Amino acid sequence: MFTFILKRLLQSVVVMLTVALIAFSLFRYVGDPINNMVGQDTSLEERAELRERLGLNDPFFLQFYRFAADASVGEFGFSYQHRRPVKELIAERLPATLELALVSAILALAIGIPMGVYTALRRNGFLSRTFMTISLIGVSLPTFLIGILLILLFGVILRWLPTFGRGDIIEIGWWSTGFLTASGLKSLIMPSITLALFQMTLIMRLVRAEMLEVLRADFVKFARARGLPTRSVHFRHALKNTLVPVITITGLQLGSIIAFAIITESVFQWPGMGLLFIQAIGEVDIPVMAAYLVLIAFFFVVINMVVDILYFVVDPRLRIDKALANGQ
Amino acid sequence: MKLRITAFAAMAAIGLAAAPAKAETFKWAFQGDVQTMDPHGLFETMTLGFQRNIYEGLVIRNEKMEMVGALAESYKNIEPTVWRFNLRKGVKFHDGSDFEADDVAFSVKRLSSEGSDMKVVANLIKATKIIDNHTIDIITAAPNPILPLQLEIFYIMDKQWAEKHKAVEATNVKGGDEGNYANLNANGTGPFKLKSRQSGVKTELEINSNYWGKVKGNIKKAVFTPIAQDATRVAALISGNVDMAYPVPVQDWKRLDDAKGVMPLAGPEARTIFLGFDQLRDELLYSNIKGKNPFKDLRVRQAFIKAIGVEAIKKKVMRGASVPAGLLVAPQINGYSAALNDRPSYDPKAAKKLLADAGYPNGFEVTMDCPNDRYVNDERICQAAASMLAKIGVKVTLLAQTKSKYFGKVLAQNNYDTSFFLLGWTPSTFDSHNPISALMACRGGADKLGAFNLGGYCNPRINELAALIQSETNQTKRQSMIDEAFKIHKDEVGHIPLHQQPLSWGVSEKVKLVQRPDNVLDLRYINKN
Repeated sequence: MFTFILKRLLQSVVVMLTVALIAFSLFRYVGDPINNMVGQDTSLEERAELRERLGLNDPFFLQFYRFAADASVGEFGFSYQHRRPVKELIAERLPATLELALVSAILALAIGIPMGVYTALRRNGFLSRTFMTISLIGVSLPTFLIGILLILLFGVILRWLPTFGRGDIIEIGWWSTGFLTASGLKSLIMPSITLALFQMTLIMRLVRAEMLEVLRADFVKFARARGLPTRSVHFRHALKNTLVPVITITGLQLGSIIAFAIITESVFQWPGMGLLFIQAIGEVDIPVMAAYLVLIAFFFVVINMVVDILYFVVDPRLRIDKALANGQ
Repeated sequence: MKLRITAFAAMAAIGLAAAPAKAETFKWAFQGDVQTMDPHGLFETMTLGFQRNIYEGLVIRNEKMEMVGALAESYKNIEPTVWRFNLRKGVKFHDGSDFEADDVAFSVKRLSSEGSDMKVVANLIKATKIIDNHTIDIITAAPNPILPLQLEIFYIMDKQWAEKHKAVEATNVKGGDEGNYANLNANGTGPFKLKSRQSGVKTELEINSNYWGKVKGNIKKAVFTPIAQDATRVAALISGNVDMAYPVPVQDWKRLDDAKGVMPLAGPEARTIFLGFDQLRDELLYSNIKGKNPFKDLRVRQAFIKAIGVEAIKKKVMRGASVPAGLLVAPQINGYSAALNDRPSYDPKAAKKLLADAGYPNGFEVTMDCPNDRYVNDERICQAAASMLAKIGVKVTLLAQTKSKYFGKVLAQNNYDTSFFLLGWTPSTFDSHNPISALMACRGGADKLGAFNLGGYCNPRINELAALIQSETNQTKRQSMIDEAFKIHKDEVGHIPLHQQPLSWGVSEKVKLVQRPDNVLDLRYINKN
């Protein structure tokens, strides 16, 4: 197990380096950062001097090397736009994104799995058909549109929920949380639903398909023949056997929830990392963009690793295979 | 229709009469953030306008955009190169320390530190001389009649505070410890104190109860949030989550009209939008004409200005809210001349004839550079211009891109890589000398003028005039020089002025505020009930 984790960590370094390299080679096409850092009256000499000071005239590989060397000791430089260390900015924005992603993931799982099981068991029920129709909408509507529609309905017309931001937050050490205030919780509702909707419908459809497959399997028939209670057959035997692909997808989706919160965050002006990133693109804030992309790559690697470890927990066959392979 | 367009929008008052002052919180949103709290960190209208609530300069513009004393009670040009400022007594910074002449001298010095983006202001000043605690002389290298005008955006920082927090140098974009404290914290003399700041997220201000002056508004607390998405910003306003939001897309005005409790507020901005063409290269970079540059021919430039119908752009693209222009300066700018602001009438036939006379009876092809997120409806203006030019046979290929890409391409650092472009300009000093020297003067000379003359239009007389205007103290003489420069530029069609773009704000009917023509919101003049 230990070597497995170590190996994965080493792989993650390679992944992050590759991401950084690709990102860096793309930055040249994003635009020129200097004009966003100075006013219109700043002279040409000063602009040129600033460019020199920031090392933007250096060759590509030198710039990349400098970034990689700094990043390896946890230094991500200084944001052009905020004039602050990138590290500090990310630490400030990380809680907002993680809280949003966590709530969305829980929503997606807590609603998606039961809905999937239900639609599999009562394939032709009225409720099942309704769920399936709703899920089609969830899969096909773009996040941006869902967010705007929610804002229009609950923010502008009904005026129940705040239309933007995180509400009041409470600082606990370096972590800032919106879970502890009424306005913080209210602010979470629309963004988390927007972000969860796609994942929820995806999980629901996946669970449904897997369940249908498993319910036809022999061991379920035998379980029924043994006279086990239906509940036990469905949940202990059938559902558990559908979980391996569900965990894989959920894990990957959690990564994309964090990474693709960008759209939801910008629609709701949610002050997380995604918003930071999108602002950075607009202002060609290279240090922020680079740090964000590398961090997201790191998240994906870690989540994948956790998913692999979870396989061992869920699927006893893997443990047995391993034991046999080790000659025990 | 509730929409009101003020004819001369130095000021627009809306809503009900102000209620008796009570503790009011004002919330507002803009598309971008204030980039720094450091008053010398970035020379940009939005940032400096925001800081003006916290920091003050020697002089300030009031609600009618008139120049009045702020930290200086009075000022006088005692010698051609010396301006004497008599400083206000009894003024305290937010942390309680006294405002004195050495704070002014210190702030002047801070302007020229490495991280400062205000070196252009620092360069105006040769030296300072403290006469006593409340009198200071500012010495210039050459006579400068408009120095106070140019110092309006120069804010004073407390020397002791800066020393205590290691912020004696302006915040450096490159980083390092120096100046960082002033980037997130502020200590001015203004009517509002900085309460909290989370860059890119939220900035809170509260009233300074020890303010030396009288504040006309009744705002006690103010919360600023940048909201980048247009739809989200407008929704925040309509739902009452903010009291004011700007800019509002011109096409959303009707929505604000229809919604309860909010209204659009429009007025001409002091920003002029214009087109320009490369008149310097012997062959255009992006055209099918080889071996010569059609824009060097005055007749071609005249054909272009006649072919572009600004009234049609106003009606179709700008929803009637732009003000067609014949000059590169708006009426609010010092030196503007109404007599020179006419423009040649829209006449595609005459334009076609001019093109034929110049040797292009079938027109030619040219690529146009255009930003798509910098000015109001910028890309659509370019599209309209392109289709109008098509009528006289000029085939325009439009290259519209985001501002970072656009400016990265067309500005000096990329060697003015454009043949035909759209640009907008607000003189930061509100004086005509600024566009004459930055946009109209020949570029590349020893005088370092014409840095934003992207098309390389050149008439050496304008450079001469720019130098004269800079130091002429007689206002009548100065105006006639400005007129001469504008006239030359106009006769030679150096650029094609289009219009002053509209300011587009959305406000709650509960607030009464002043709309400045530079798109700045001054919290001093807001009343909410």
